[in-house]
Amino acid sequence: MLADFNLRIIFEYLPLFLIGLRSTFFISAVSIFLALICGTIACACRISSIKLLKYPAIAYIEVIRSTPLLVQIYFLYFGLPTLGIRVPEIQTGIIALMLNSGAYIAEIIRAGITSVDDGQIEAGVASGLNYFQRMRFIILPQALGATVPPLLGQSIVLVKDSALLSLISVMELTRVGQTMTSERFMPTEAFLTVAFFYMCIYFCLKALADWSQRKLIYREAY
Amino acid sequence: MMAFYFSRLVEIFPFFLKGLWMTSQIAFISLFTCTLLGFVLGILRSGKNKILKWIIGVYVSFVRGTPFVVQIFIVFFILPEWGIQLKAFPAALLAMAIMGSAFICEIVAGGINAISKGQWEAGTASGLTLIQQLRLVIVPQAMKVILPPLVGQYVLLIKDTSVVSVIGVMELTRVGWVTVVRIPEGLMVFSLVGALYFVISYPLILLSNYLERRMAI
Repeated sequence: MLADFNLRIIFEYLPLFLIGLRSTFFISAVSIFLALICGTIACACRISSIKLLKYPAIAYIEVIRSTPLLVQIYFLYFGLPTLGIRVPEIQTGIIALMLNSGAYIAEIIRAGITSVDDGQIEAGVASGLNYFQRMRFIILPQALGATVPPLLGQSIVLVKDSALLSLISVMELTRVGQTMTSERFMPTEAFLTVAFFYMCIYFCLKALADWSQRKLIYREAY
Repeated sequence: MMAFYFSRLVEIFPFFLKGLWMTSQIAFISLFTCTLLGFVLGILRSGKNKILKWIIGVYVSFVRGTPFVVQIFIVFFILPEWGIQLKAFPAALLAMAIMGSAFICEIVAGGINAISKGQWEAGTASGLTLIQQLRLVIVPQAMKVILPPLVGQYVLLIKDTSVVSVIGVMELTRVGWVTVVRIPEGLMVFSLVGALYFVISYPLILLSNYLERRMAI
C-alpha cells in the first residue's frame, strides 16, 4: 500500500528521472517545431487549388488521423530498416511524432484560416489592399489568434504521446519508470513519479493555453 | 523476395483477423462502458455538489495530464501491489474505462453547461423533478453539442486500444509486433495493421465531420 511508499528509491533514481525528463522535453520541443513546419506545408497544400498538391495532402491527413500513433511509430521503426535506412530510435520517434502531429496541426491551421469571415476579405479588397496586405493585416492576425490555443492543446497531446517512444526503447520519462520497475520492482514509486512529472508539464502548458485563450477573448471583445 | 514475404503474409492473415476481432471487442466494450460512466460523471460534474465536482475534477486532470501508457502501467503493475490481481484483458478494459470516461465526462459536462439556465428554471417551474428535467429538457438539447465531439472521441478511443498491446493483449498492434519478429517486413506488416485500423476509424471520422456540419446549422 501507499504506507510503505519508498521515497528513498525515488531519490536514488532522481538523476535518471531528470535525464528522462530532459529527453522528454527535448523530443517534444523538436517534434512540435518540426510538426509546425510539416503542418503548415500540409495545410498550404490542402487548401491549394492544385490537385496534385491537394489530394496527397488530404490522403496524408486522413490516413494519419485514422490510424494509431503506435502503429505509425512501429511502421517507421520496423519499416525503415527493411528499406535499408538505419536511423537511431530517437530520430525515428521524432519523425513519427512530427508526421502525426503535422496532420492535426494542418487541420488546426485550416480551421483558423477558414474561421476568418469572407466579408473581412471582401472589405480588404474593397479598401484596395493587395493580396499580401490582406494576408498581413486582415487574415493572419485573426487566423493566428484562433490557432494559438488549439496549437498549445496539440502540444500537450504531443508531450503525452512522446511516452510511446518508450516502447521503441528511447530513454525518456516513461522508459525511466519501466527501467526502475524492472531493476527494483517498485512499480508504485516508479509510475507515480513518472505521472507526477507529466502532471507538472501538463499544468504548465494548460495554464499557458488558458491564458492565451483569455487574451484572445479579450482582444475580440475590444 | 517480395513475393515470398507477401505469400507468408497471406498465410498468417487469419492471425491478423483474430487481432482485429480482439481490437473490436476491446473497442466495443470500452465505448460502451466509457459512454455510460462518462455521462454519469459528466452530469455530476455539471451539477451543484461542490465536493463531487472537485473529486471528478482531480480525476479528469489526472487522466488528461498523464499519458495513456503510464495509466496502463499503473493499472497493470500497481494494482497487484495492492492485492488486486488482474489479467491483461480485464486490466486493459479497466484502463480504457478510466481513461475514456474522463474525456467523455468533459464533453458531456461541456454540453450540459452550454444549455442556458433559463431551461433549468423553466423545467423547475413546470414542476419536473431533477431527473425529468435532465431527461426531457437538458440532455436532448445538450446532445446536439455533445454528439460531434463524442463521435470524435470514439475514434481516439479505438486508436488508443493499440496501446494496450504493451501489457500483452493479443490485439491488432500486438499481432503486428509479434509478426514482425518472425517476418522482417515491417513496412508490409504495419501497412496491413494500419489499413485494418483505417477501415474501422475512417467511417467514424466521416460521421463525426457530418454531424459537425449538421449540428452547426
